[in-house]
Amino acid sequence: MQVDWIWGLVGGLMIGSAAALYLLVNGRIMGASGIIGGLVDRSGWGTWAERLAFVAGLALVPVLLLPLYAVEVSTNITSNLWVVIGAGLLVGVGTRLANGCTSGHGVCGISRFSLRGMGATIFYLLAGGLSVVLFKHLLGVI
Amino acid sequence: MFRNVFAFLAGGLFGAGLLVSGMTNTEKVQGWLDIFGDWDPTLAFVLGGAILPMAVAWNIAARRARPVLGGEMPGRSSTQIDRNLVIGSLMFGAGWGMAGLCPGPAVASIGWGGVGGLVFLLAMIAGMLAAPGLRRRLDRAAAALGGQNPQLGA
Repeated sequence: MQVDWIWGLVGGLMIGSAAALYLLVNGRIMGASGIIGGLVDRSGWGTWAERLAFVAGLALVPVLLLPLYAVEVSTNITSNLWVVIGAGLLVGVGTRLANGCTSGHGVCGISRFSLRGMGATIFYLLAGGLSVVLFKHLLGVI
Repeated sequence: MFRNVFAFLAGGLFGAGLLVSGMTNTEKVQGWLDIFGDWDPTLAFVLGGAILPMAVAWNIAARRARPVLGGEMPGRSSTQIDRNLVIGSLMFGAGWGMAGLCPGPAVASIGWGGVGGLVFLLAMIAGMLAAPGLRRRLDRAAAALGGQNPQLGA
């Protein structure tokens, strides 16, 4: 627990470096929901290969790192599939409606002092906090 | 070709960072959002650590005419906090709190996320497909109420 914040910082620096690489080399904003969403709803099919390559790296590289962990890595996601389905629908609709998620609005937006990025981050943090209060403490389903 | 190689590398580094930072662990994400429970500050370090190199990158981008592989540096599409940004972010946050997953970690953990991870990803894709319809509906409702897309902080 005490070293978690160090790994958080190290991982965060890696995430930011990935976003910096994608911006300076490819000229793109590293927003996960935008990259995936453009493939899903065809709005980004003009750059499908670049998007697919990004998603492939995102899905494959972490799996290759798993053997480095001494303990079993788990997402610890709730076993309540109704909650999972509702959450997935909300995340999908919400990020596309808002044009961004934690990576696009949070990492890439705040770092350029974007009003939209900072505004979005305030609203999704607020809703996330209330959601945990409701589903964990009041309803007790997660 | 090089575009795809560097896109793969960026995606890979992003995924590795999500794993290392603990963001593919839903308990850590929900622990950060749970300010009334046993609060976990890790995510603040992740976000802070990620913003640092990216702030430097935006600075470099402002002084460069073009990205390394050509094309244009991304501009600002909009600077307004509009209705869709607020409603969308509230919906996203609600889902993020429920499952502890956002789009990046949902894809990054697909290799070990099991049935729950797969169901989340499929539901997320369904939600993304439903978004344009909801956007049209919201625009129509707003027009019926006499507003266009009211902007806050304009």
